[in-house]
Amino acid sequence: MLLRYRGSEGMLAWAFHRISGVAIWAFILLHVFDIWLASVNPALYDELLAVYASPGGRVVESLLGAALLYHALNGLRIIIMDFWPSMTRYHKQLWYMSWVLFVVIGLPILIQIMAPAVGLEPPFRFGS
Amino acid sequence: MNARYSRSGSVRPSGGGWEVAIWYLMRLTGLGLFVTALAHYIIVHFLYDPKDQTAQWILDERWGNIAWRTADWLMLSFVVFHAFMGLRTVVGDYTNGRLRTALTMLLYLGAFVVFAMGTIAVATLNVPVRP
Repeated sequence: MLLRYRGSEGMLAWAFHRISGVAIWAFILLHVFDIWLASVNPALYDELLAVYASPGGRVVESLLGAALLYHALNGLRIIIMDFWPSMTRYHKQLWYMSWVLFVVIGLPILIQIMAPAVGLEPPFRFGS
Repeated sequence: MNARYSRSGSVRPSGGGWEVAIWYLMRLTGLGLFVTALAHYIIVHFLYDPKDQTAQWILDERWGNIAWRTADWLMLSFVVFHAFMGLRTVVGDYTNGRLRTALTMLLYLGAFVVFAMGTIAVATLNVPVRP
């Protein structure tokens, strides 16, 4: 089903939703495990944290954020079409709109996360 | 046949019962996660930096407050349901027969284990038990 291309934005929106969903599911397994580790073996958790905060870890973190943001925005698009079926006529426009929001919201977060990986200070500073 | 359709989600099952409840709950937990999971990601990766978030930091800053533990446990409940029921849809799409039954049962078991581990962590991470 995933590989049988049926064309256009609707199919791509669906395929990306499924791929990002499975990826997030896999991360949730890891994430609940690492938080569980923080409670049973804090020292080992802190070692794992160093891996997460490494340059490679930050790339994976950004990819996770991208999957999460896409899945969230396209999920909203699905809910809109499920509960207001007349909106289904505009499913392409809704998809393009979700990509605009994806870039607008995602870009500052990407810069903030990746700055330390290339030796820069995170550009946005919040208190403490 | 006037089944409701959607371009990219699952069609809402007709009739009533369990599957329809799951269909609505997927959308409800999805909305819940839109708020809680995105807020969580922004707090942990944008407002703060992961390199500072040691086990001690979690205890002091994030879970020093019972309200945050409750909010995170709510997010855990949403995500376990949404992620594992989503995977169940994927398994249902690509497998059938005994393999589908076995994998679905494995998912239910996995959901229980993940929910238990997360609940243990959020409920017991160094609850200050001091003399």
